[in-house]
Amino acid sequence: MTSPAKTELVTVNIDGKEIAVPKGTNVIEAARLVGVDVPHYCYHPKLSVVGNCRMCLVEMGMPAVDPATKAPVMDPATGCQKINWIPRPQIGCATNASPGLHIRTQTPQIRDCREGVMEFLLINHPLDCPICDQAGECKLQEQSTGYGRGYSRFVEQKNVKPKRTQLGPRVTLDDERCILCSRCIRFSKEIAKDDVLGFIDRGSYSTLTCYPGRKLENNYSLNTVDICPVGALTSTDFRFKMRVWFLKQTNSLDTESSVGANTVVWSREGVIYRITPRRNDAVNDTWMADSGRLLYKAVRAESRLTAKDSLAALLARAETILRLSPGLAAVVGSGQSSVEEQFLTRQLAHALNAPAYLVSRTAEGDGILVSADRNPNVRGALVTGLVSDLPQPYLDDLGEAIDRGDVRTVVSVGEDLMAAGLSATQLAKISVIQLGTQVCASSVAASVVIPTLTVFEKAGTMINQQFRLQRFAKAVAGPVGAFDDLEVLARLIAAAGGPAEPSDLAGVWTRLAAEIPALRGLSYAAVPETGVVLDASPWASLPFVEGESLHHRPALVAASA
Amino acid sequence: MPAPAQRRIIFQHIDEPGYTNDLACYLRHGGYANLRQAVTRKPEELIDEVKKSGLRGRGGAGFPCGVKWDLVDRKSGKPIYLVVNADESEPGTFKDRYIIHQDPHQLIEGIMITCFANNVKQAYIYIRGEFPEGARILEKAIAEARAGGFVGPNILGTGYGCEIYVHRGAGAYICGEETGLIESLEGKRPYPRIKPPYFPAVLGLYQCPTIVNNVETLCHVKKIVEIGGEAYAKIGTPNNTGTRILCVSGHVQRPGYYEFEVGKVTLGELLNEVCGGPLPGRRFKAVIPGGSSAKVLRFGERFKGKRKIGNDLVDYDWGVEDVPMDFDCLAMIGSMGGSGGVIVMDDSVDIVAALANINEFYAHESCGQCTPCREGSLWMKKISARMVHGEARTEDGALLKSVADQIAGRTICAFGEACSWPTQSFLAKFGDEFKAYPESRKAAAAPAVPLA
Amino acid sequence: MNLKPETLARIDEVIPHYPSKRSATLPLLHLIQEDVGYIPQEAIEWVAARLELQPINVYEVVTFYPMFRQKPIGRRHVKVCRTLSCALLGAYRTCETFEREFGVRRGEVSADGEVTVDFVECLASCGTAPVVMIDDALHEKVDVARTQELSAQIRREAAARS
Repeated sequence: MTSPAKTELVTVNIDGKEIAVPKGTNVIEAARLVGVDVPHYCYHPKLSVVGNCRMCLVEMGMPAVDPATKAPVMDPATGCQKINWIPRPQIGCATNASPGLHIRTQTPQIRDCREGVMEFLLINHPLDCPICDQAGECKLQEQSTGYGRGYSRFVEQKNVKPKRTQLGPRVTLDDERCILCSRCIRFSKEIAKDDVLGFIDRGSYSTLTCYPGRKLENNYSLNTVDICPVGALTSTDFRFKMRVWFLKQTNSLDTESSVGANTVVWSREGVIYRITPRRNDAVNDTWMADSGRLLYKAVRAESRLTAKDSLAALLARAETILRLSPGLAAVVGSGQSSVEEQFLTRQLAHALNAPAYLVSRTAEGDGILVSADRNPNVRGALVTGLVSDLPQPYLDDLGEAIDRGDVRTVVSVGEDLMAAGLSATQLAKISVIQLGTQVCASSVAASVVIPTLTVFEKAGTMINQQFRLQRFAKAVAGPVGAFDDLEVLARLIAAAGGPAEPSDLAGVWTRLAAEIPALRGLSYAAVPETGVVLDASPWASLPFVEGESLHHRPALVAASA
Repeated sequence: MPAPAQRRIIFQHIDEPGYTNDLACYLRHGGYANLRQAVTRKPEELIDEVKKSGLRGRGGAGFPCGVKWDLVDRKSGKPIYLVVNADESEPGTFKDRYIIHQDPHQLIEGIMITCFANNVKQAYIYIRGEFPEGARILEKAIAEARAGGFVGPNILGTGYGCEIYVHRGAGAYICGEETGLIESLEGKRPYPRIKPPYFPAVLGLYQCPTIVNNVETLCHVKKIVEIGGEAYAKIGTPNNTGTRILCVSGHVQRPGYYEFEVGKVTLGELLNEVCGGPLPGRRFKAVIPGGSSAKVLRFGERFKGKRKIGNDLVDYDWGVEDVPMDFDCLAMIGSMGGSGGVIVMDDSVDIVAALANINEFYAHESCGQCTPCREGSLWMKKISARMVHGEARTEDGALLKSVADQIAGRTICAFGEACSWPTQSFLAKFGDEFKAYPESRKAAAAPAVPLA
Repeated sequence: MNLKPETLARIDEVIPHYPSKRSATLPLLHLIQEDVGYIPQEAIEWVAARLELQPINVYEVVTFYPMFRQKPIGRRHVKVCRTLSCALLGAYRTCETFEREFGVRRGEVSADGEVTVDFVECLASCGTAPVVMIDDALHEKVDVARTQELSAQIRREAAARS
């Protein structure tokens, strides 16, 4: 571990307010810290600075010094050091904080600059807000309200450009709405490393395009929709489904891999419409993979498990099974479960005096935000003590134990046992108590199936590849006939004759804070929105499967580098 | 008082019978003697000579050449590049064409002296695409100079090496802007870079320190080394040293190129005596004194104020004809010397149509990178074209000016000024004609010479 | 790409002129256009591969510069300067005369495939306005009479070739 370089703080003055910011912070970010909005389009905190939209023009000044003596020049009127203001407005995005920098954003000149840019951006814009999907989250709308004149002087023919171009399987482009800020081009080149977008032609006829014959189809293409400040790039899936102002936003996590990209789930009346990334500079910046945005489809999938029986009835059947073969049970936990569920899974195994297993899921990592470990929470299983070693893809040990007759009952917490390597013959030898959200071979073969909730229907925490504990919240209610995982596990523990365990988040966290050294002193409510990094030293020697990603260098790679 | 005689130091051999653009001819006329002399001197001395000369860049901005060289980051450890701006693009300017076509070795000698003075090992001549013949001539001349030991790995046996390559543009005015040119040379769309941080002297070509100099400027460098910075500074007028090639086009009897000591000839002398005055039966109406982006002057207007001559402040009260053709006087009266292109319009010209013509040029040439220039230049073109070809409104003049005012000073590069100054000045000087245009256009017969 | 051996040789020669291959984009496009007559899409991809770029990088450049064409033009390319100094001395009439002479409009190829007439921006020969470039050759003071002479010459040269 290296300690981060100490950043030098410098004091700048923005609209009369002094603030200390790290040297080099640009004026847009510095102004944000004092509550001053510097409107902008092309600037994006996670992309290179190009300064092309000219919306962030500000007045800039520096304290005057005598050129010969370097002594400060005082202003007799104020008794303060005189400020030399540059007559021309400067772009905030490319102006970095230096000691004594003075910025004015509320002068007549700056008002005029903003009105001018707004007018220019709208003269060739179709002004089709009523039929535009961006309405409600459109910077052009917001900033023309905030900074525009409110009327148009343009009476000429507008430029005509291509409409409804399919840039790829998920992104639709309307070139007439495009303000040529180049965010999407920079994203594709700099972050997605898929240089397919560009501008063709020139001047006001410049047109955003994808190279003919190529497609914007990389797994990050929808980030271009997120960062498009206007309605030029829209999501083909989400288009025309719902006005954004009707949607409720819930903080969640991308559970497709151990990266744990932070997300927002957008829902209305119990229905999820889209998932977008939530900024976390230590994990995913402002990005997420397209694949993670589709996970909500599991909520209303045809394969979704629900029960006609009550939970009590299901648990009674489970208890009967567990009592039939005492001492001959096994528990298969999951790297997809939350930390809290994994803890209760561990407690269930203890109550049954049964071994606990975990199934790994791996595929090639993309080096960005989808890692090789496709379980979001293997570290949770380690931290809670559910398992002590990295999982294997197949449950070979369990299969042998079944064949030996050492295991007669398996509780599967969401894993498909057949997909995890058990054969039909082996399944036939045992009784399965299956928890889960989707129909699978294992649920078909199970003696008891207890339907549970998807990640969108419950709250909890997961621990990502950085050993960062992160929260997810409940976006929508689960369907009738599906039961909260914690309650199911707590009651199964009781059914197995174990001690009473809490079945609510706060209660489980009291137990976690007391029982688990890495989580000592924490509570669910105390986990910050950006997560908290745990002490990973007990697991430092484990050969985790992940390679590098956007903000993660594996410890073993880092050490050998 | 008759106009002063031309003083041809850069155009000494242009149009001289028997003078050819090959190396042998150049050597017969004393060519490369200045380079031979330069490589025996310390580079800092040469930079000093240029500083002493007071030479100001001949590309348009008139920035002091010695200061430009001084700004170069020599501590970065990165190579320093020289990029020769032969993308002569400001409408009304055509001086570099003749240097390249008729006296290319003069340019190459100036380049090599500049490279030696600045420890440059690689120079590129960025020549506009519309000069295919010029590119061939330069390539041939460089090959000759290479064979002669004036260019290449071991120049004149000194062990100092420097290569020159010719790089052709492809029809883009914006490549005359030095950072746009650098982007173009890097193989990209010539989008000018934001400054800060991308000052060419520090982060230029390939993010290395880079000097970008105009063709004519480099020829002056050669002359400075020949006669010494102090002697050169005596040519012309204080702060406006040396000679200037003035390119006159439009409505005069004898358009063409004329080289004068800077500031020694007035606009009136230039147009009336040197260029023979207006066409028969015509009177001068307007003149653009420094390339089409320079602010237009209206014959009949007067300029009053005080100016410094030596240590004295002296009153001046000039008509257009009285203005000395130097950087400072033209700036004083609200225009600029720019690239030296003087465009003359007589009383036959429909001034709105002339602006429409200029606006079409700048709308076509705007790179489209930043909002005010991209949208504003085309808007101005659309308004002025509509005034000429469609329905003109009395309020169009004020609208045009307002659009221009929203561009200048707010763009990434100086194109913002270049495209808005014509509109601003045409409205300031000929606002009456714009206001009356809806009526006058209906009354007039079709223009004798369509401009837009 | 089916390029002439001499084009390929010149391409090989020009790339090392630059420390970054991408700089050779414009030179390669010029060489290909001189060889093929225009820049087909195949050429964009060929240049990209040759310079280790993405095709979009080359496409952006091709479409920015008016001198690069993505479609074939006439055997002779007549470019009339439109900018102010030339316009003041009759460039619009010069252009219209060429259009009439060859029965085409600006930007079009004549029916016989012989001529394309274009209006272009400043050719930097304002002192000899109006000026016209026919292929690589500059013609000065091209008034209506001179336009007719030049048109006749183009026709004669076409006839001589056939």
